[in-house]
Amino acid sequence: MFASVSAVDPGWIAFLSPELASRAQFGWTISVHILFAALSVGLAPFIVYFTWKDVRTDDERYTRLRSFWVKVFAAGFVMGTVTGIPMSFQFGTNFPRFAEVAGELIGGPLAFEAKMAFFLEAVFLGVLLYGRDRVGDRTYILSSVLVGVGAWLSGFWILVVNAWMQTPQGYEMVTRGGLEIAKLTDPIAAFFTPRLPWMYVHMINASVISVALLVAGVSAYIVWKKRDAAAWNTALKLAVVILLISAPLQALHGDAYGRHVENTQPQKFAAMESHYETGPADLHLLAFPTSVDAITDPQAENLFTVSLPRLGSFLASGGDFDAVITGLNEYEENPPVPLVFWSFRIMVGLGFLFIALALWGAYLIYRDRLAESERYLKAMIVASPFGYAALLTGWYVAEIGRQPWVIQGELKTSDAVSTTLSSTDATLTLTAFVVIYIGLVATALYVLKWLIREELQELGAAESDERWRGPLPEVNEND
Amino acid sequence: MTDWLPVDAYLVESLPEIWFGAVLFALGMYLVLDGFDFGIGILYATLDDEHDRETFLSAFGPVWDANEVWLVAFGTMLLAAFPRVYSRLLADHYLLAIGFVLALLFRGLGPELREQRDEDRWQRYCDYSFIGGSALAPLLFGMLAGCWVFDAPTLSLPSVLTGVGLVAVSVVTGAAFLAAKTDPDLAATLRRYGIGATAAYLGGVVVLLATVVLTHAGGAAEAILSWPVATLVAASVLAGVGGSALAVRGRYTAWLVTAFALPALLTALVAVLLYPTMYPPTEVTVREAVVSPLALNLTTILGFPVLLLVLWYFKFLYGVFSGPVEGDGYGA
Repeated sequence: MFASVSAVDPGWIAFLSPELASRAQFGWTISVHILFAALSVGLAPFIVYFTWKDVRTDDERYTRLRSFWVKVFAAGFVMGTVTGIPMSFQFGTNFPRFAEVAGELIGGPLAFEAKMAFFLEAVFLGVLLYGRDRVGDRTYILSSVLVGVGAWLSGFWILVVNAWMQTPQGYEMVTRGGLEIAKLTDPIAAFFTPRLPWMYVHMINASVISVALLVAGVSAYIVWKKRDAAAWNTALKLAVVILLISAPLQALHGDAYGRHVENTQPQKFAAMESHYETGPADLHLLAFPTSVDAITDPQAENLFTVSLPRLGSFLASGGDFDAVITGLNEYEENPPVPLVFWSFRIMVGLGFLFIALALWGAYLIYRDRLAESERYLKAMIVASPFGYAALLTGWYVAEIGRQPWVIQGELKTSDAVSTTLSSTDATLTLTAFVVIYIGLVATALYVLKWLIREELQELGAAESDERWRGPLPEVNEND
Repeated sequence: MTDWLPVDAYLVESLPEIWFGAVLFALGMYLVLDGFDFGIGILYATLDDEHDRETFLSAFGPVWDANEVWLVAFGTMLLAAFPRVYSRLLADHYLLAIGFVLALLFRGLGPELREQRDEDRWQRYCDYSFIGGSALAPLLFGMLAGCWVFDAPTLSLPSVLTGVGLVAVSVVTGAAFLAAKTDPDLAATLRRYGIGATAAYLGGVVVLLATVVLTHAGGAAEAILSWPVATLVAASVLAGVGGSALAVRGRYTAWLVTAFALPALLTALVAVLLYPTMYPPTEVTVREAVVSPLALNLTTILGFPVLLLVLWYFKFLYGVFSGPVEGDGYGA
C-alpha cells in the first residue's frame, strides 16, 4: 500500500520540495501542539488551587471549578500527548541530519523530559481524573501538584533543547563515522545556555497569560449568561488578578529579552525591526502597511510608522542612542522578514492590550462592579483566544527569526532535511497533518463549547432566573 | 569534568551494551503495557452492549496515557544513546512512522472524546476512531520493527508478518488484562479470543522466522538458527500454551502474567536478532552508533535513577487502580 504510492509517484502531488514540505509540516504541527502544551502549563496552577480549595474547604464553588477545569485539562492533555509524539518523531523522519548532528546535545534533555516530566504528569493525571475516591485527600492534592510540576518540568527540558538551538554552546564539532557531529564537551554550559532563563520565564508566563485570558473569557461568558453564578464570579476575579501580575511582567521581561536577542542573535533582531542598513535604529512603535508590498516586504520607506528616532539603538544597547545595529544587508541569507516583523508587532500589540484589560478589570474589582459591566464581560469574551495568538506569534519570531539556521551558526535547516525523503511522501503527510489537525482543533473547540453549555444547564441559566447552582436541576425543583 | 563524570571513558566498560539493553527494556515496557491497551481497543470491536463498552473504557482510561509514554521513553532514549540509529530508522521508514503516530492519535482521541457527548452517532464515530487506531497502530509499529530487524522492504512478508504478530500478541495481553478485571461472563468470551490470538501469534512467529531463513532476508537468517533464538521461541510456546491452559481453568491473574511474558520474550528476540548490530540496513553496530562517553555517562547518572522512580510511579498507579472494574468506572 505504502510502497505502491511511492512507486507510482504521481508528480502532481509533489509540488512541494521535501525541504519546504518538512518545514511547513513541522511548523504546522508544533503550532497546534503548542496550544495544548501551553494549556497544560498555564492551567496547572489553577487546577492545583481549585483542587486544594475544594478538598480543604468543601466550598461548592471550588468543586464546580475543579470539576470543570479538570475536564478541560484532561481533554487538553490527551490532545497534547497525541500531537506531541509526532513532534519528536519528526526529528527523525524529516530532519534526521539534525538528530544525528545534535543527538548528544538534544537527546539527553528530550529523554529527561520523557522520564522526569511526561511520566509524572501522565501517571498522576490518571489519579486526579479517576482516583478521587481511591486515594486520601492529601494524596489527591499531591497528585494535582505533581501533574503541575510535570507540566512545568516538561517545558523546562523542551526549552533546554530549543535554547541550545538558539545560542548553542558546550560542544565541539568532530568527525565520527564520516559525519561531522556536535560532541558534548561541557554539560553545564550545554544545558544552561544564555537563552534558557529568558525563554523559560517568557514562555511559562505567556502560557499563564493565555490560560488566564481563556479562564476569564469562559467565566465572563457564563457570568454574562448568569450574573449570580458565584463560582464563575470567583474564577473571573481570580483570572483578572493573575493577569494583572503576569501581563505587565511579560512586557518588562520582554523588553530586556529583546536586548538579549540583539546581543546573541543580531540577525533575528534586525528581522524583528526590518532593519536593513547597518547603523543607528529607530523604534517603530506602530507600523501600518501603506501598500501590498509593505506586507510582503516591510521596509522603512513603504510603512507608515510612528517611530521614535534612534530609540531602537537605545533599547537594544541599554542606553546609547547612537549604538550601531547590524542590518540585514550584511548577511548572505536572511529569515523571511515580513513574517518575523509582523509576528513581532502582533505579539507586542496584544501584550499591551492585555495590560489594558487587566487594569480595566482591576478598576472594576476596586469599584466592585466586575460582573455588572456588560462591556467588560464582552471584551473578555472576545479577548479569550488572544493570549494564544500572542503566544504563537511570539514563537514565530523566535523560530522563524532563527532561519536559515536550525542550530544558530552551525547547521542550516536546508542541510538538516532528510535526503531519502521524496516530495510525494512529504506532501502526502503534510496534507494528512493539515486535514487531521484542523479537525482536531475544531473538535477541541466543540468540546469546550459543550462543557460550557452543560455548565450553563446545570446552573439553570437556560431556564428561569430563580433556579441556579444546584448540583442537579431536579433537586432544586423539590426545594 | 570531575572524577564522578569521566570524559574519555564510559562509567563502566560495557555501558554502551547496557544502554542497548535499556533502550530495548523501554521498548519491551511499551509493547507489554500499550500492547494491552491496543488489545482492549481491538476487542472493543466485538462488543454490542453499552455497559460492556463502558467497562472496557474504564479499564483503559486511567492507565493508557502513562503506558503510551513508554514509546516516548523508548524513542528519546534511542536518540540520546544512538542518534544515528534513531534518525535512520525513522527517516528510512517515513510513511510507516508517520502512519503509526497518526494511528496513535486516533486511538487516544476516540475514548476521550466519546465521553464528552451523549449522542449515538458521535459515540459511534469515536468508537471507530478507537478501534481503527488500536488495530492500525500495532500493525504499523510491527511492520516498522520488521523492516528494522530483518532489513526488509516496507511491504514484504517479514514486515507484514511482524505487524500481524504484534496485533495478535496485543489481543492476547488485552484479553488477559480484561479477563482479570471484569466479571466471569465477559471473561469466558475474552478467553476464547485470547486463546485464538495466542495460536495465531505463535504460528505467526514460526512462519516469520522460517520465511526469513528460507529467503535469506538480511543477515538475520544465521542468527535465527541459534540456541538463544530457539530458547526464546520455546519459552514463548510454553508461555502461550501454559497461559491458555490457565485461562481455560479460569485462573485469569496467572494467565495475565504468562500473557505479559509473550511481548517481553518478543522484545528479547528483537535484541538477540539485532545484537551486536543496531541498524542492519547500514550494518551499524552498538559500539559504532553510541554517543561519546561524556554524553552517555551524563544520561546514565541523571536518567537511570529517574527510570527507577518511574517504575515506582507505575507500581503506585496500578496499585490505585487494582481490582475489578465496572461500567460506571473505578470507585465512582
